[in-house]
Amino acid sequence: MKLSLGPLLYYWSAEDTRAFYAAAAGWPVDIVHLGETVCSRRHQLRLADWLELADRLADAGKEVVLSTLTLIESESDLKALRKIVGNGRFKVEANDFGAVRLCIGQRMPFVAGPTLNVYNPETLAMLAASGAVRWVPPVEMNRDMLMAMAVPAGVETELFAHGRLPLAYSARCFTARHYNLQKDDCQFRCVEHPDGLALDTREGGRFLTINGIQTQSASVYSLGHRLAELADAGVAILRLSPQSRHMGKVVDHYRRLVEGQAADPGALLKFLPGNPCDGYWRGEAGLDYQPPAPAGGAHHATD
Amino acid sequence: MTALLELICPAGSLPALKAAVDNGADGVYLGLKDNTNARNFAGLNFDDRSLAEGIRYAKAKGRKVLMALNTYPQPATLARWHQAVDKAAGMGVDAVILADPGLMAYARRKHPDLRLHLSVQGSATNYEAINFYRERFGIQRAVLPRVLSLAQVENVIANTEAEIELFGFGGLCVMVEGRCLLSSYACGDSPNTFGACSPGHAVRWQQTPQGMETRLNGVLIDRYADEEKAGYPTLCKGRFAVQDQTYYALEEPTSLNTLELLPEMHRLGVAAIKIEGRQRSPSYVGQVASVWRAAIDAVKQAPDRFAGRPEWNAQLDKLSEGSMHTLGAYNRPWK
Repeated sequence: MKLSLGPLLYYWSAEDTRAFYAAAAGWPVDIVHLGETVCSRRHQLRLADWLELADRLADAGKEVVLSTLTLIESESDLKALRKIVGNGRFKVEANDFGAVRLCIGQRMPFVAGPTLNVYNPETLAMLAASGAVRWVPPVEMNRDMLMAMAVPAGVETELFAHGRLPLAYSARCFTARHYNLQKDDCQFRCVEHPDGLALDTREGGRFLTINGIQTQSASVYSLGHRLAELADAGVAILRLSPQSRHMGKVVDHYRRLVEGQAADPGALLKFLPGNPCDGYWRGEAGLDYQPPAPAGGAHHATD
Repeated sequence: MTALLELICPAGSLPALKAAVDNGADGVYLGLKDNTNARNFAGLNFDDRSLAEGIRYAKAKGRKVLMALNTYPQPATLARWHQAVDKAAGMGVDAVILADPGLMAYARRKHPDLRLHLSVQGSATNYEAINFYRERFGIQRAVLPRVLSLAQVENVIANTEAEIELFGFGGLCVMVEGRCLLSSYACGDSPNTFGACSPGHAVRWQQTPQGMETRLNGVLIDRYADEEKAGYPTLCKGRFAVQDQTYYALEEPTSLNTLELLPEMHRLGVAAIKIEGRQRSPSYVGQVASVWRAAIDAVKQAPDRFAGRPEWNAQLDKLSEGSMHTLGAYNRPWK
């Protein structure tokens, strides 16, 4: 099983972003996704900067995938998308069917991203015939659904396995709304919240996370303790979603797991920015969590 | 241009269908009694008998029937969606409204003459996406998510041969349709797979010393003081705390009403206006249809001299959630 670093969902300063990927070059991940997928206003890094990072990561032996905007509304969004698809060097993750059409037009192999809503084999077969070489199921897809998917030969399954779940997208910016700012004059306040803004219930329960136009879970999806089930379901790549702190530790933990070494699930909890959840995978509410079996009975322990 | 400002009304039941038709809808949209459509609520939708009668009733008056099969089929139950497409074609609906490309491929293959509309649940917000569905599956119309400004809508229309349908009135999703999993995160069921957001079976209302509390699978969505009117706990419309401020952090409970934008929509060549509300009563559907029929007729007659009549908005205000209206994303004060 391979490990991938998902696209950075938050808005960090150029300096912090560069430092993160400089460190990532030394982490034991196989694939790194680069690029802005949430908000077209975020521009600490321009495409040329991302491509420079891409070259460095490729030199460090990583497979680089350029991920694309999920919500494409304007002509300038499309213009930016065409440049990414036409980059000529790196594979592209299509997160919208507009991007799929452009990849087909360029005869570019592509990754079918999690927001393409691939819920059944017919849609996946259609994408594979169009040039998809990898697909990322919707984050709400459960084990039974994935087990029942016929995945065409030559298509890898990459599952979102760690991180706050990207749940919803809007034309509206909730971070700007929080600061009583208009979206067009948002003052880029997202940059002040490197792991998003907590949204709690009125009785103090941690519920969601605001990240600009994206709404995420408050809990952190964490499937490391279900690795055997993931393998059974044909998952070839685990996607780990970037967080501002301890990401290297998280990667190390998953690397040990996929190599069959003992890894203490309790140790991972210390490095999460919130409580863990795994409900989606079990076909329950996404926020539910069933802790791993106590040490000794752990299914991922070395035999 | 084959159509201009058709009025498409919701039919959650046979009486609602008749109310829509009797009050001037050019077409109605409806779904079957299961999770093949995105209004999978108990007591709503059509079985074979009511569907046959609905189609007969609409066609006798020269109106169209569109069937929404706009959830995402899953491997174990794919056959149910296929059967639903076959049924729609067999019973002679005028179009099916689909979100899933695999299902479009099926419909195209099995029923090449069946007209396909791209559902709002397909999340197509740009012409490249719409043209993908058009080239691949021959979709003839796309319903746009309620996230674009009118200028963006104009750009879409200029760059696709597909007809464009816009939401004109009713409940408002603040998230991009088809790209919102908040409901399944809280309670396991989402519009994409289950066909409903914040479904009734997960909802609890409870009077407490702090006020009336509404919960979704145990998650507190809102709490109302005695003088406040408690709303249905649609997840994105609750009050939450962000950095010690408690407010409608995602969306105020308002309705969409674009009546005053009708001349502009006419000028842009918008093919159809969709009214939301398959969960609403026949009387609601009839009243909304009647106001919009009058308004659309007025625009078509004299697009340059259109003026919304105060009684239209007064009537619509009475009908809508929270009695507050917004122009939604079409006009973006908050953009």
